Amino acid sequence: MAIDSDVLVAGGGLAGITAAVAAAREGADVRLVSYKASTLRQASGLIDALGYVPPTEPAKALREGPPTAGRGVDPDEWPDPDGPLADPFAAIDRLPADHPYRVLGADALRDGLALFDDLVGDAYGGSHTDRNALVPTFGGSVKPTARYPRAAAAGLASDDTPTLIVGFRSLTEYDARAFADRLTAAGVPFPVAGVEVEFAEAFRADAKITRTARALDADEPIDGTPAREALSKAVAPHLHDIVDGDGGVDRVARVGFPAFLGDDHAAEVRADLADRLGADVFEVPMGPPSLPGLRLEDRLYDALDREGVRFETGNPVVGVETAADGRVDSVTVSRKGREVPYAADAFVVATGGLVGKGIESDREGVREPAFDLHVPHPDDRYEWFVDDAFGEQPYARFGVRPNGRAQPLDAAGEVQYGNVFAAGSVVGGADVAREKSASGVSLATGVVAGVEAARTAAGAETTDAATEASQ
Amino acid sequence: MNEAADVIVVGGGSTGCGVVRDLARRGLDAVLVEKGNLTHGTTGRMHGLLHSGGRYAVSDRKSARECIEENRVLRDIASHCVEETGGMFVKRPEDDEEYFQEKLEGCRACDIPVEVIDGEEARRREPYLARDVEKAIVVPDAAVDPFRLCVANAADAHEHGARIETHAEVVDVLIEDGAVVGVAVEHRSGPGKRVHRKPGTREEIRADYVVNATGAWAGQLGDMAGVDVEVRPSKGVMTVMNTRQVDTAINRCRPKGDADIIVPHETACILGTTDEEVTDPEDYPEEEWEVDLMIETLSELVPVLKEARTLRSFWGVRPLYEPPGTGTDDPTDITRDYFLLDHDERDDLPGMTSIVGGKLTTYRMMAESITDHVCEKLDHEATCDTAEAPLPGSDDFSVLRDYMEEFGVRSPIGRRSVQRLGSRADDVLNGTDPNPVVCECEGVTRAEVQDGIDAAGSDLNAVRIRTRASMGNCQGGFCTHRIAAELAQQYPEPVVRDAEDELYQERWKGQRHALWGRQLSQTMLNHLLHATTMNRDGDPAGLDGDVAFDAFDAGPGTDAASGTGSPDGTAATDGGVDGDR
Ligand SMILES: Cc1cc2nc3c(=O)[nH]c(=O)nc-3n(C[C@H](O)[C@H](O)[C@H](O)COP(=O)(O)OP(=O)(O)OC[C@H]3O[C@@H](n4cnc5c(N)ncnc54)[C@H](O)[C@@H]3O)c2cc1C
Ligand SMILES: Cc1cc2nc3c(=O)[nH]c(=O)nc-3n(C[C@H](O)[C@H](O)[C@H](O)COP(=O)(O)OP(=O)(O)OC[C@H]3O[C@@H](n4cnc5c(N)ncnc54)[C@H](O)[C@@H]3O)c2cc1C
Repeated sequence: MAIDSDVLVAGGGLAGITAAVAAAREGADVRLVSYKASTLRQASGLIDALGYVPPTEPAKALREGPPTAGRGVDPDEWPDPDGPLADPFAAIDRLPADHPYRVLGADALRDGLALFDDLVGDAYGGSHTDRNALVPTFGGSVKPTARYPRAAAAGLASDDTPTLIVGFRSLTEYDARAFADRLTAAGVPFPVAGVEVEFAEAFRADAKITRTARALDADEPIDGTPAREALSKAVAPHLHDIVDGDGGVDRVARVGFPAFLGDDHAAEVRADLADRLGADVFEVPMGPPSLPGLRLEDRLYDALDREGVRFETGNPVVGVETAADGRVDSVTVSRKGREVPYAADAFVVATGGLVGKGIESDREGVREPAFDLHVPHPDDRYEWFVDDAFGEQPYARFGVRPNGRAQPLDAAGEVQYGNVFAAGSVVGGADVAREKSASGVSLATGVVAGVEAARTAAGAETTDAATEASQ
Repeated sequence: MNEAADVIVVGGGSTGCGVVRDLARRGLDAVLVEKGNLTHGTTGRMHGLLHSGGRYAVSDRKSARECIEENRVLRDIASHCVEETGGMFVKRPEDDEEYFQEKLEGCRACDIPVEVIDGEEARRREPYLARDVEKAIVVPDAAVDPFRLCVANAADAHEHGARIETHAEVVDVLIEDGAVVGVAVEHRSGPGKRVHRKPGTREEIRADYVVNATGAWAGQLGDMAGVDVEVRPSKGVMTVMNTRQVDTAINRCRPKGDADIIVPHETACILGTTDEEVTDPEDYPEEEWEVDLMIETLSELVPVLKEARTLRSFWGVRPLYEPPGTGTDDPTDITRDYFLLDHDERDDLPGMTSIVGGKLTTYRMMAESITDHVCEKLDHEATCDTAEAPLPGSDDFSVLRDYMEEFGVRSPIGRRSVQRLGSRADDVLNGTDPNPVVCECEGVTRAEVQDGIDAAGSDLNAVRIRTRASMGNCQGGFCTHRIAAELAQQYPEPVVRDAEDELYQERWKGQRHALWGRQLSQTMLNHLLHATTMNRDGDPAGLDGDVAFDAFDAGPGTDAASGTGSPDGTAATDGGVDGDR
């Protein structure tokens, strides 16, 4: 039986899911095909919109000329970004002209965030204002973000509540003392101390953090003591660790932990700990595997179900069949070596960027492998980078370039296929990492691509019906 | 601090470290000064082949003989720095048969044990060798870890009373009454371990004798003393692959040429190299074509290399020397031999000798001959024992075996730590509890990182070379911050932050040369982790402006929620949270 739908979305990350839901809500019959796990399991779970306008001039090199062994950057001279920005929308005009926010308009970001808010409900905070929140990161910094999981809400930095940051001796991701000192150096308005405690050391040294989360979920005994009790006992002696300038002590009123306070019963674990400690409890988002990212992924897949989107994972889109009019008829999906055509009236490419393998490269160049869309990039591989690791890296902006309807453009700036739309990290032009705009770009492009694809499909049907009627 | 030493050794590469060890073991009071960390120069940027001598068996039999002799010595005294990979000279159909025979004869003439095997057998041993490889000469090449080797030499020197100063650059050679009497040194962060943000100091160190072991930089030191040292620095590229496509050092059996050798190292394989004269040993172009050449040419021997993932590339400069008047044009023709330049004899400048040329494999022999020379100058009678005395970590390997049995460290991580640490494993691994893994790619635990920090201060690149932490697939993406976090027990926050930034930027340098395919994906992931998740680049702690915290969302129902901050949406104002950056 032929596989056919109004809209076919390739890629099941944040962007693909957003596009699929947006298309479904326009009344389209949507199918989503995704290859592997999305980058959500690596992501922090925060939804950034726009936190900085990064400098585009290069950091001052220690030496002139091409890259050489002796050339480096002078750390005292690297230019500061514009930010952190309290208002993401007001800064959009200061981004480069080919940035997706500029191309699609600020309303795309608003619509994307609104759709996200609707999908996750009260699991996330931040929708009550246009303003960014500053959230502590496990690098000991604070970063501007637009939406944050409930688990992180008690940790917002714009608050003078005395804070304790907890680290575990057997966890090497951060040292809580350096973390607290770095927050202080950032000028946070609250007094903060850090402590490294002994917890769950009975687990094998190489146990994954998910192991700890499960132990807290089930409150399973560790060395005889139930996990939650053990954790609060380890932390309790440090609730008075903050010493002020006059030698007085402040009792902390909130405690930050690495983000593995439970998985399935996270809210319950937090509430239980807060109760035992007599202080609010918050999670600091961590690197991969990231529980907040995984929890978000679960929610979004549930939303796909609710919205009636059919989805399958495990099989990649490997190519397209085009019709005579230059539209895409179907995509080819590789199912265990068998190539199966999936037909649709419109398509959304949301296959991710360099990390998600939606954008690929070799020594000769950069390409989008599934639809063979145009990806502008310098011919010379040595122009893909600059000396400063955190500088204006051309590779960070690699991706397809859309028009205002999220249609990818070819090398001549023309729409490549009339019924193909692009969303998420496969879209270039943004340095989402330095801008702190990753999820925002996915949401904004996702909404536009989804809506446009659904409308294009509806138009195609009307045309088909008209043709049939006239015969 | 300013009392006179017997000997100052300038340069902390294999040569300088070997010399200071030998001097100290012979009872002389020696000081080593190095402007970077140990192995900062060529030694930290070489191929890591412990030559059997096979490579020189046709062109330079004297070097070949020295190599096989020292190859045997190092397996003995530096067993924890050497991996016995074996080596092969492989012949492809287009390679000259006559040369193959010459190579074989040359090896035999130099007492290098050889075995000739056919293509089938070669592929049985190394399955990824090209189908059309015809035959191979098997030789006792090995892989050597230059970092561990230098650190062990310096540690032994230190145990015998030597002073080791890294991040101490010689800025002048002191001359009084026509003789060298010492050096002026700039300590980047004062004498002793390097600690970020500790102010630099200047020191004059006096001694009866100065040894210039600055390799490719020897000419610069010569200039400070007003003498000519004609080193001709020649650069070579090395490209690191993410796995060991081969477990044997594979050489192409042909006269000379670029890109003709692959050396397996720890978890990786290193392709090399090129040979091009440069003017400045620190400032020369690192070029794309050189990397491409490695992959293209060496995939003739091992075809999978074409698709394999490269992690990074790096360049080193050979300290080639040729006696004045030789006039060789092509750097590949310059001898690989080493030379002692006695500046008293040569330039009427007593008190200093330069040692130039040579290779890492023969570092100990070079050190022995210059130490003999210095002892003669100083009228100091003592015999050299560096060919017999094991280096720290390599002594008494049976202890190691017992250790592995006793503690059951058979997990891959335990086994790798023990390989790296040798007989020091017991000391280092005991007593750190808990001992979680800090660098997952290379299996480096907290105990090893802490041991590195004890020795090297907040200089994480020095910790890296001691432990291999951050040298695997992720190139520091997943562990730079973790390694830095280990500093927090001893150092304040800004030191930790600076050290972290420095290591991250250093790791980036080599990766730039591998920015395609999977490594570009990894780079983007690292970028997202450090810039997005951690916000290292936009950390207000490092920015000049103050942040108006009250302009940001403080949660529903709070003042700031509605936004009372600056109207233009930018919260940063002038000021400076941390202006001392
Ligand atoms: C380490 C890390 C940290 C992050 N932190 C944050 C953060 O703090 N804040 C924030 O806002 N955002 C963050 N993000 C970004 C965010 O999680 C997403 O990466 C981003 O929104 C892009 O999503 P995407 O849907 O375009 O791509 P992806 O998540 O990459 O999804 C693409 C999907 O497409 C699939 N696919 C690829 N090729 C094919 C094919 N040929 N056929 C079918 N399917 C295919 C992939 O398997 C994958 O499932 C982070 C990302 C990373 C990697
Ligand atoms: C590409 C390449 C591959 C190689 N492969 C091999 C191989 O496989 N096997 C092998 O045996 N050999 C190999 N070699 C050769 C070998 O690496 C070198 O011969 C050896 O490392 C030289 O050591 P060195 O101590 O003399 O010099 P270096 O290691 O360069 O040491 C000199 C030191 O002096 C320091 N210095 C300079 N100026 C000053 C100053 N003013 N004050 C203080 N310190 C200063 C430098 O920082 C440097 O650390 C290779 C070389 C190259 C370039």
